[in-house]
Amino acid sequence: MTLSDYLSAALLIAGAVFYLAGTLGLLRFPDVYTRLHALTKADNVGLGLMVAGLAMQAESWAAAGKLLLIWLLVLLAGAGVSYLVARGALQKGVRVWKR
Amino acid sequence: MQIVYLSLAPFLLLNLGVGMWRVFRGPTAADRMLAAQLFGTTAVAMLLLLAQAYGNAALRDVALVFALLAAVTAVAFVQRAWPGQEADHDTE
Repeated sequence: MTLSDYLSAALLIAGAVFYLAGTLGLLRFPDVYTRLHALTKADNVGLGLMVAGLAMQAESWAAAGKLLLIWLLVLLAGAGVSYLVARGALQKGVRVWKR
Repeated sequence: MQIVYLSLAPFLLLNLGVGMWRVFRGPTAADRMLAAQLFGTTAVAMLLLLAQAYGNAALRDVALVFALLAAVTAVAFVQRAWPGQEADHDTE
């Protein structure tokens, strides 16, 4: 294993930790809005770290670029979907959780 | 590196299985949709890991399609399929 291998493995494992946190948040948080928060962390940071780790190992620049584009698509989709779901929930009268 | 890829992919799959609990539980349709959304992103990450592990570049295209479908599904849900009145948050 070279240095870049270790760095890439560290990025991949950090990404997996964010996925775990996202799943736990989805299970543990009390309402739609807080769950959105958990979901977007897994989407954006988790996949971002994974893509960074994998792009270091990719066989060509084109492959690394494709990984980056997949991440950008997920970012864009995640932002749009979070907004739509939060607005929809507010309009349908899902109340915000209070302690 | 192979071992890292091939151990993280089942770990993500395990995450996905645990997330099913939120789909069963609800309580609102939006919660179920959010869980499905997380499954989409997890599937993308798994496919990218497997593409690297097996040197199969076609799996990256599959991941791209998954990312696209997850977005379209969520927008379709919000626009078309969200039922009217919803219950509130979890009661504990």
